Amino acid sequence: MGDLVNAIAIAGKSAVGFQAIFFALLAIGLNMHFGYTGLLNFGQIAFAMLGGFGIAVSVTNWGLPFWVGVLIGILAAVVLALLLGLPTLRLRADYLAIVTIAMAEGLRLLFRSVSATPITNGTQGISAFNGDFVALAPWATTQRFRILGTTWGGGELWVTLVGWLLVALFSLLTWLLVRSPWGRVVKAIREDEDAVRALGKNVYAYKMQALVLGGIIGAFGGMVYAVATGSANPDQYQNANTFLAYAALILGGAARVLGPVVGSIILLFILQFADTGLRLLINNGVIPEDLLSATDVAQLRFVLVGIGLILLLVFRPQGIFGDRREVMLDAR
Amino acid sequence: MTHAGDRVRGRGRRSGSSVPTTGSSHRSRPEVRRRVLLRLLLVSVFATGLAMLVPGIAGAQGEQLRGTLQTSRSGPIEGVEITVSTESGEEVDTVQTDDEGRWEVDLPGPGVYEVTINADDLPDSVELTGEESRTVTVDPGRRQPVNFPLDDGSRGAGGGTIPAVQLLVDGLRFGLLIAITAVGLSLIFGTTGLTNFAHGELVTIGAVVAWYINVRGGVPLIPATLIAMVVGAGVGALNELGLWRPLRRRGTGLVAALVVSIGLSLALRYLIQIVYGGFSNPYGQYQAQRAVNYGLFTLTNRSLASIVISLAVLLLVAVMLQRTRIGKAMRAVADNRDLAASSGINVNQVILVVWMMGGALAALGGVLLGLSDQVQWDMGFRLLLLMFAGVTLGGLGTAYGALVGSIIVGVFVQMSTLVIPSDVKYVAGLLLLIVILVIRPQGILGSRARIG
Repeated sequence: MGDLVNAIAIAGKSAVGFQAIFFALLAIGLNMHFGYTGLLNFGQIAFAMLGGFGIAVSVTNWGLPFWVGVLIGILAAVVLALLLGLPTLRLRADYLAIVTIAMAEGLRLLFRSVSATPITNGTQGISAFNGDFVALAPWATTQRFRILGTTWGGGELWVTLVGWLLVALFSLLTWLLVRSPWGRVVKAIREDEDAVRALGKNVYAYKMQALVLGGIIGAFGGMVYAVATGSANPDQYQNANTFLAYAALILGGAARVLGPVVGSIILLFILQFADTGLRLLINNGVIPEDLLSATDVAQLRFVLVGIGLILLLVFRPQGIFGDRREVMLDAR
Repeated sequence: MTHAGDRVRGRGRRSGSSVPTTGSSHRSRPEVRRRVLLRLLLVSVFATGLAMLVPGIAGAQGEQLRGTLQTSRSGPIEGVEITVSTESGEEVDTVQTDDEGRWEVDLPGPGVYEVTINADDLPDSVELTGEESRTVTVDPGRRQPVNFPLDDGSRGAGGGTIPAVQLLVDGLRFGLLIAITAVGLSLIFGTTGLTNFAHGELVTIGAVVAWYINVRGGVPLIPATLIAMVVGAGVGALNELGLWRPLRRRGTGLVAALVVSIGLSLALRYLIQIVYGGFSNPYGQYQAQRAVNYGLFTLTNRSLASIVISLAVLLLVAVMLQRTRIGKAMRAVADNRDLAASSGINVNQVILVVWMMGGALAALGGVLLGLSDQVQWDMGFRLLLLMFAGVTLGGLGTAYGALVGSIIVGVFVQMSTLVIPSDVKYVAGLLLLIVILVIRPQGILGSRARIG
């Protein structure tokens, strides 16, 4: 029983921790792309990587202040969105999907390659660039806090607080935007692009704006992750994370303002609970070691997410809060 | 991101891997304890039998010097003597490289050591370009790699090969390999409209199944490949019957289907990693081959076989598509599904055959890829991106387009290493994809109507 309470506490911490913020921000960006505009961006993690490395490289290699690093991260995300959007947004939806997934993997390979090592420090990654930000914390960052049976470092708590503020800010922005005329146009593009074009709207420009905006939100997710872990390593930005963010988005409900946020919290809770629970069962010998070893648990989580994604899309594509009519998408 | 560490660790070579391939076959995770015992047993057998391993392999957790002697043309170099001595000149150990060109020496502790290679042991075609001795500093607990610069004549004028021609031939081999796997992807897209992101896993499944049959089961690679192709066809059929046909019947949209295929890809990929492990393993045969010199370029026999097999299979596919009844039906369904159905073609049956063919071809491609690189749990996913590049380049949904596009992508990726470092060559292929989409989005053989 004590184990169970403990597992719930750990999972609860994970559900409100920086990883949940990371996925929530990725998913809010994807909601802008996929949920509202109908763009299939499968390389959201690339935006996050540019955000994280924007800060890391600026501060560590170029000696710039932290906030300039944030600006550089945003700028890099904008450039990437333009680069991805220019050739593909005029084409059918799956072209963007192919190019974004390829770009995310390609950028990661580029960042971890030997030739990029002078800038990105290759597979070693960059660390110790978040000092300026952590120093802003209103409490002592070396102190440890105990909240509901979990322990938090002072710096961790600060990053988490700012992260959730960011989530709230971008949720508010999404809410304002989708209620605006702009939001009505992008939703119309999702439903019927040709009809919108017939009304004299520049579909291409609207799609591009949505792509850039969602990309910037994703970049902020990467920044939160990089600052919270205190390191930026290309291999942290595996494209599997994009799919986790999709799972969070669809679980919570696409085309709903709070869908991605709720989805991330629930997803992280389930993942961490499954992780702790499975390890516990393996250690206690309930699950024989031959069947599943403790090292496999991390991989098993991705298997579960994959299967969950399939089941959700087949049986409940609108997720928990979504509206079925809003997510009956088809390729154009 | 949690698995990134496992991934990096998994790639590294493990201690005690001087044991030839029989040893590396015992790596499935669930049987850790048995595996360790077995490896120790094997190690002791080899240590006494071949006098190749240093004594005290159990101390492999301590400091160690290691390296691999290998060049692209000669393959791994076996039987080269490596001597390690301390700073004061006292010899620690002398070892010979094994049949995979590897060597390792356990050290008594951290410090400065001198590593000497016996250059006379190198084959005639390979020359040492640096000094025979190197001084290295070993940190506590570090297993330090030591590399000796070797020249096999593939750079510069040494062996008479022209780098551009060499890369062209390598690129052809790689492009044909991509084409084998991409034909299925393209036909599936053509007949069902599905952008199948789980196609890479069909490649991995083929390679892994062949590896299990070949290395674990001890069956020669060629029959193992044939079995893997049958399994691949079965997995393809299972895909269609178990998932995609019911989804089509439910009227699932193409975008939803695309996300489902991504979920399937994710689940299968990590399932393979759980079963197979994060390591990269070679097949049991055809590994230590030396490249044969053809004047302008050199090629190992297994690369030559890969080219010949790919060409033959692609030719067969082309003949099937042009001449046979089912091939014509495939093209008809890809061209216009409703028209094909109304002219009496059983569309579902055609799609099933396309899936089975795609699965079998992907499995074959996986084995060929495993031969040239090694078998890895995510090999298919990495290839998938190049498949997409090839298919898009040639024109989504056209079988011949996939063929032409894949070959161009393969050649381009290999040739790009003339200008850029080879570890970013995949990035060049992806850039090519983006450039093509700007210039000619319908691809080389595609029609404007398909891209919307």
